[in-house]
Amino acid sequence: MAMKNRLLYVISVVALVLPFIFRNVNFQHIMIMLLIFAGLGESWNIITGFAGQTSFGHAAFFGIGAYTSTILFYKFGISPWVGMLLGALFAAVVSAIVSYPCFRLKGHYFAVATLAVAEIIKQLFVSWDYVEGATGISIPVKPDSFWMMQFHRSKIPYFLIAYVLFIVSVVIAVLIERNKMGYYLKAIRESHEAAEALGINTTRYKLYAMIVSSAVTAMFGTLYAQYILYIDPFMVFGLDISMKIVLLTVLGGLGTVYGPIIGSAILIPLSEYTRAFLGGTGKGIDLMIYGALIVIVACFEPRGVFGLFQRSKKRGAQYAKTTA
Amino acid sequence: MFLQVILTGALIGSVYSLVAVGLTLVWGLMDIINFAHGDMMMISMYTVFWLYTLLKFDPFVSLPISAGITALLGVLIYKFVIKRVVNAPGLMALLATFGLSLFIRNFAQFLWSPNYRFVGESILSGKRIFLADLIIGLPQLAAALGSIVMTFLIALFIKKTKTGKAIQATAQGRDIAELMGVNTEKIYAITFALSGICVGVAGTLLSGIFPVYPEAGAMYGLLAFVIVALGGFGNIWGAFYAGILIGLTEALGGFYLGTQFKYALAFLIYLLVLQFRPKGLFGW
Repeated sequence: MAMKNRLLYVISVVALVLPFIFRNVNFQHIMIMLLIFAGLGESWNIITGFAGQTSFGHAAFFGIGAYTSTILFYKFGISPWVGMLLGALFAAVVSAIVSYPCFRLKGHYFAVATLAVAEIIKQLFVSWDYVEGATGISIPVKPDSFWMMQFHRSKIPYFLIAYVLFIVSVVIAVLIERNKMGYYLKAIRESHEAAEALGINTTRYKLYAMIVSSAVTAMFGTLYAQYILYIDPFMVFGLDISMKIVLLTVLGGLGTVYGPIIGSAILIPLSEYTRAFLGGTGKGIDLMIYGALIVIVACFEPRGVFGLFQRSKKRGAQYAKTTA
Repeated sequence: MFLQVILTGALIGSVYSLVAVGLTLVWGLMDIINFAHGDMMMISMYTVFWLYTLLKFDPFVSLPISAGITALLGVLIYKFVIKRVVNAPGLMALLATFGLSLFIRNFAQFLWSPNYRFVGESILSGKRIFLADLIIGLPQLAAALGSIVMTFLIALFIKKTKTGKAIQATAQGRDIAELMGVNTEKIYAITFALSGICVGVAGTLLSGIFPVYPEAGAMYGLLAFVIVALGGFGNIWGAFYAGILIGLTEALGGFYLGTQFKYALAFLIYLLVLQFRPKGLFGW
């Protein structure tokens, strides 16, 4: 346990220090995206990795977070910090409303339902004129200010906000995993019927997991909108966002706190660098290579990268035993 | 007018059904969500397009060729990708097929650019029949009839032939089927070929109606997920009826509420129906 914690501390310190050592803007950009997606992975992991309820619709909550703060800022000039909290609250309410009927469905039926919910919300935003529909919203540029969450001189403040949110998501994931709730959720994942027979109120705990997961996801949505300064429904509600969160967590290791961090550390630099070097030709070479690499990793390391580490550790332990 | 809308919905719904039947075969048998399903259909559409442009083949002449190519593609996907991830834990198989989908889609974009292309003339294009006050485009009618016939043939194949029975046995229990002497590896490959044939035929039939471009299959793939789940996983006739239902919903919703809502309604129908039938219309 202590060992586990120590590794997390090391990761969080290294992640904090890196952008101050490498002051390259592109590198800082990648670090920001990496932390955002690692944090999204952590929060998605709560409902899917721990509780075993596959969500293909987390873009819905991400988009709600992005739109809530953006609308409040764009229409009323309200600080995105307020928007972030309201967005999280709003996402929690929406997730509670849609999850309750969805939780009657099991396995893939639930997964397709989450996908359907996200697509419906996307379509609604596309045809909703008040939020500028499909054209999207360009967030008005204001001078650098912490209160308005806009920084143009340096990316470091964005990085620090992303870092704090990331740490929050990790702490929440760790707290859930090591408390009663984590064991309940994992019991539900392993066998829904058995968990119920043991007296766990499965619907209630799945609902708690969903609410926490969606609220944290929405907070990253706000940060993303403030960082990119432009949002449209396809960008924040799209299946691409949902799937990116799924992909990096599965790639790193589903149901572990390290999984999303490892997955994000691999996938985000990969996608950003291939885009930087090969994108812009309009020929899709970057996504082609990205897709091919995902297939290759999935084929040759089907247990996720975290599985690879565990296996090598086990092999090391066995080696130590045989030589002793 | 109402009848016209119903008819349009039913016609396009039958094509949705065929795409979904291909998906449900794989999903029901191997519990694998094939995200590249719609992209296989796109490949079939391009095959028809190029055969038409380069060799002046009529889409209906190229049907066996395009279906053959997607069947082959299905087998290759199984042999090189799915086989390695079929027993992997969690969602790793999904990760693989999603990567595959990205690859195929962008490969098509790389080779053939993202532009919309059209298959100009076929023996049916532009022709229509008038029935009382209904107007039926012949390409649409052919697409619907072709899809229904194909669905029927697939169902017959699964039900009547020895291979079809082996597929059913493998779906019910892989280990036991293997003990009974079924070569399950081969069965999986055959199922992927069948799935490929379904999208191959659907893509060919659609290429006379819709433009051909790298994202052409994406929406069909997504709708196919909903249709498969709506019908109940692995249930061919379930997928068929669900496809028609989604087609009707889309046409009616598009007509009475506005086209921008038609997909949202299709997804909404899924959520509503599943409240009453949590395992799909025909699931148990």
